[in-house]
Amino acid sequence: MVITANPSEADVRVALTEVPDPEIPVLSVVDLGIVHRVEVGADGIDVTILPTFVGCPALDIIRTSIADQLGSRFGRPVRVETSFEVPWTSDRISTSGREALRRAGIAPPAAPADVRCPHCSSGDVVMDSAFGPTQCRSLFYCRGCRQPFEALKSV
Amino acid sequence: MTDLAAPAVAGLDELLLTMADDEFVIGFSDSEWTGIAPMLEEDVAMSSLSQDELGHAAALYGLLAEVTGTDADSIAYDRDPADYRHARLLDHGRGDWAMTIARRYLYETADAVRLEALAGGSWSPLADLVAKIRREERYHAMHITSWLERLASARGEPRERLIAALGTLGPDAGTVFTPLDAESTLVDRGVLARPMAELEGLWRAGIEQVFRRLDLPLPPPTADPRRGRTHHGDAFRWLWGEFTAVRSADPGATW
Repeated sequence: MVITANPSEADVRVALTEVPDPEIPVLSVVDLGIVHRVEVGADGIDVTILPTFVGCPALDIIRTSIADQLGSRFGRPVRVETSFEVPWTSDRISTSGREALRRAGIAPPAAPADVRCPHCSSGDVVMDSAFGPTQCRSLFYCRGCRQPFEALKSV
Repeated sequence: MTDLAAPAVAGLDELLLTMADDEFVIGFSDSEWTGIAPMLEEDVAMSSLSQDELGHAAALYGLLAEVTGTDADSIAYDRDPADYRHARLLDHGRGDWAMTIARRYLYETADAVRLEALAGGSWSPLADLVAKIRREERYHAMHITSWLERLASARGEPRERLIAALGTLGPDAGTVFTPLDAESTLVDRGVLARPMAELEGLWRAGIEQVFRRLDLPLPPPTADPRRGRTHHGDAFRWLWGEFTAVRSADPGATW
């Protein structure tokens, strides 16, 4: 349904909770903490997002998903820009986002010594490699339940 | 967004171009390990490191495009090989694994000193980007240092190959700090904290402790500093042919 009345910034932010991160779809862009600024003006909606990594290849998809979602919901032009004005850090992931990560089998970001297994909660884990399948993830192994798992990098 | 007056821009474009070319060339060179690294974890790690560097290059070319009113892709792909300004350290071919580790260690440590001198600089678009890049480079430093130590501490072939690689790359290691034509302007305006020569001194002092502990040969002074970022060799011309292949086959192609 297209909402025709002028949306508030809060309306836009709520709508953004329905835009998933393409690499970790259990997280919305809001849970991930990349939504920096939302401005609603007479000529459309401006959203500024913070890249998790400088060269994140998912950025174009995220930009398009945000524009599609807000455009179809509010029926007005949407502009999405990226900025390094403040650096995205892994502390920006919300509490519910951290819980969603754990449920999906990905350890939420922590200092390497504090990473716990998302499957069995054991702290007896070792980092196999600081680098994983995406720029933002590392590879770990749990000695407790003998399962490999991924952890979001703490940046 | 540019809060620098026109006279300083000449120095800014050279600074951005040298940094972007460094990140682009090492990122592209090391991405050649994708699929053929010595072990799966390293394949993933080297690919991820390369992806980070190419991302930094794209962002730096983007800033340069804004400063000069051009387009980032055309800066990255539409120059002749002679017009690239990466450090000579990065001009050698990929070589073996020891060569890759030696080159990356020398480059990462030098780049870290350069980034520190740019953090908190007066031109906010670059200072903001550098703050973000440094958070990623911490992982690079950790990874490459552990590999340097692993090869240096091993007996026999790994150590011999590392020492041979350092022998080849050492004379060019300092070229990351090749002075820029207008660097005094950049220093005066607070974009860059210190001149390149001082940064090179800080870098050499920093790696000296590590090299002494591991009993590795320290990089000698740069043989010909005037050619630090020019006069590229055949290995780079080959690499250039690789990374411009898609662009020349289909000009203007996009994803």
